Amino acid sequence: MEYENEKRMWSPLVERIGIPVILGAAVMLIAVFVPVLVWAQDAITQAMSVEYRDIPGIGSRNVIWVVAQQHLLLAGFVLGVPIFAWVCELVGWKTKEPRYDKLAKEFTKLLTSAYATTALFGGILLFLLIGLYPKLMAYLTDIFFPSFVVYCILFLLETCTLYMYWYGWDAMQGSKKGLHLFLGFLLNLFAIGIMIVPNAWATFQASPVVISEGSAIERAWAATWNPTWWPVNIHRLIANVVLGGFICGAYAGIRYLLAATKEEREHYDWMGYVGNFIGVFGMLPLPFAGYWLMREIYQYNQQMGITLMGGFLAWLFILQAMLIGVLFLGANYYFWMGITYRIPGSEQNYRKPILAMLVVLMICLGVWMTPHSLVASLEEARKMGGAHHPLLGVFGVMSAKMTVSNLMILVTFMSFIMYWRAGKQETATWAKVAKAVMGALLVIAGIAVIVLGVWGYFVPAIIRINYFSVAQVLIVLFIMLTFTPLTAALMKSAKTTTEMVWGQMPIRAGYCLVSNAVMVILLMSLMGYARSSSRVHWHIYGVMRDTSEYAYSPALGYAAAFMSLNTFLFCLLVAFIFWVATMGEKGKALPKEGLRESPGKVPEGIAPALAGGSPTSEEISRT
Amino acid sequence: MNRPLAKAALILIGMYIVLVYVLPLFTAPLPASLIYLYLALTLSAVLIYYTISGTTLEEFMGPIVRFLSGVDQVGPAKTARLLVLIVFPLLVGWQTYTRLAPSDLPPPENRTIHPAPPGEFVGLSNPFPKTPENIMMGKGLYAAYCSPCHGANYDGKGPAAPGFNPPPANFRDPGTIAQLQESYLFWRIKKGGVGLPVEGMPWKSAMPRWEVELPDEFIWKIIMGEYDGAGQSPRTWEEEE
Repeated sequence: MEYENEKRMWSPLVERIGIPVILGAAVMLIAVFVPVLVWAQDAITQAMSVEYRDIPGIGSRNVIWVVAQQHLLLAGFVLGVPIFAWVCELVGWKTKEPRYDKLAKEFTKLLTSAYATTALFGGILLFLLIGLYPKLMAYLTDIFFPSFVVYCILFLLETCTLYMYWYGWDAMQGSKKGLHLFLGFLLNLFAIGIMIVPNAWATFQASPVVISEGSAIERAWAATWNPTWWPVNIHRLIANVVLGGFICGAYAGIRYLLAATKEEREHYDWMGYVGNFIGVFGMLPLPFAGYWLMREIYQYNQQMGITLMGGFLAWLFILQAMLIGVLFLGANYYFWMGITYRIPGSEQNYRKPILAMLVVLMICLGVWMTPHSLVASLEEARKMGGAHHPLLGVFGVMSAKMTVSNLMILVTFMSFIMYWRAGKQETATWAKVAKAVMGALLVIAGIAVIVLGVWGYFVPAIIRINYFSVAQVLIVLFIMLTFTPLTAALMKSAKTTTEMVWGQMPIRAGYCLVSNAVMVILLMSLMGYARSSSRVHWHIYGVMRDTSEYAYSPALGYAAAFMSLNTFLFCLLVAFIFWVATMGEKGKALPKEGLRESPGKVPEGIAPALAGGSPTSEEISRT
Repeated sequence: MNRPLAKAALILIGMYIVLVYVLPLFTAPLPASLIYLYLALTLSAVLIYYTISGTTLEEFMGPIVRFLSGVDQVGPAKTARLLVLIVFPLLVGWQTYTRLAPSDLPPPENRTIHPAPPGEFVGLSNPFPKTPENIMMGKGLYAAYCSPCHGANYDGKGPAAPGFNPPPANFRDPGTIAQLQESYLFWRIKKGGVGLPVEGMPWKSAMPRWEVELPDEFIWKIIMGEYDGAGQSPRTWEEEE
């Protein structure tokens, strides 16, 4: 009876999937795990004899630096994109608007092409680490082996889910859409797992928790729950969304510049807007997550905290301020151009608010970029009475930096609100009151953030860190969480005075999207280096010392050159991946017969936006 | 001259005048690195503002493009264009030369004022309770050993301070001891300038190695007195009861 029941339960599944597939999956599982077990043993044996290997001329550290950075950036993209692809699909399903589904599918298309490359770089990195740092890898394997197994399982699940999600897109429309959305949810769930497991290995190196007793699982669990694990998890999760959003924006920007038809221009203009919006949306909470991470590092180890924020790595944070500043400016610039180009006639109405926001952003950026210890000649330092300027030196400490970063987030959020409201006339009876309340709240919030920032100079550091900085963040979050539903409610009954016109953005908008992506890649390369090099001459901080010939921190200029190289290589990789991903489309999207006869001639009403003498949107509208 | 272009020029010139001439009337002059930074930000703001829409872009860039392209130019405008095309590259060349030419001035230095402390000093806490007696004793020791350089008012303006470059630290500045834990100060006082790591440029600090003359107890009490006298609190991870 029991057998019959079981047979009844399993038969449809077996019939559906097929015995060969099930057997194949079982063989694959064995094929994956047996070598993993063997590698682990091999690594331990090998480490007994060799501690390091080197690659002559290039250096093992440099090779690992490049490969690890490429892998991390690709992984960031691959793990960030499914989050918003799935959200887009969900929005399309709820609103019944097919363009969201199309957009989600386009995002996923980029994802599938990048996925294999990410895995490839992961494999290369693993082999290089085992080969070049056998002693370190043996130690990490000994601690983390149970989580290696978990990682492999997650990787298999992620791969299967991704393939089903992508290849089943068209088949799972209509009544099966729910199943497809569920697959998307699973994809994200596994992706988050894939991210947080290796994060434990990396954060363990910076803030190790080592217990000598207990089973292998208990030791791995204790090492996983190290002080910086969750701050890094949260920070990376948000940063991946930002990276994915801006890279998709850049893709749309390039496709927009190359677009040959009106439809393409409209679609890629819209996709660029969505990419920028996702990037900005992620960027708003990112500084808060970063602040939490730095706080945890500082609290975990004062030496590491000072090395990062006040010691020889502190200059990286000035570069970070510059890159974040450019990113904020780029994102806002794109919003502002969107208002003037997509909503005809609105330019004059928004010039003053845009100017005010630009001035605030620039003042904030000026404060953020002002270092505590200034670069000054002997004569200049003598006049200042040291490396700290008596007046502007106050901009160099965290109280000032936290204040201006909060204000920049507030301004960027208001840019988005302004864009949202542009071209619409509120009709609700309570609109005037709501707008007055929002205006008053905004002013009060701005003043409160500044007051707390100034007050922060006069209280003990712990009060500033635990209360004032948290209060500043909460104020900004409060504004975002109240203004968004309020504006949504206002816009629901609003009358559209000017229709939004897509595909009219100037060529610089496309370049702006590309620039934002480059900035975020540079930023991740920079801060990845900062986090990694804060361990200084330790492989595992305070536990395993780096005794190789590379146990020194490179000069900042050298490091900056490597970050640029990594950014360049990643851009090349992404360009190649996107080129491959869109190759299939080119055959389908050949121009019509009539156009094929005159190659190079731009047909009437169609304008490629690429620079180099192509007509601009204004010129087209004039013709 | 077109209005946006004139406005942009005025903003940049105005900013330069404020940074280079007006600000030093109230405080110390800014180093060139900071002046360049603020001018670059101002220029970026101007460029962003005037390129947001096609109309302003044309108003701002149109005259520049037309002037430089030289189309239909006659008379003084033509001469002015030629002058610009000759003088501008020369100016760039001269600027490049002055930057790269050997000079007897030392290059701007990038000293890390607060480098990371050695591991053995991390996590130490003041073993003496914060009592009025201990604070008073710390202030007395400070007056005897530290105030000649760091000043009786804890502002870095002691009678011996003018003899040092870089000058002694100003403890009233919220960017100095208020940002640091007591263990950090203990390290700096105990080991002095010679105990700094390379990025802190030990050769640039005249701070004595006080471990030679003072027992640890005195150093901890000096730290207590120093914070109290300067009106600052050490960085901690626990709030005081």
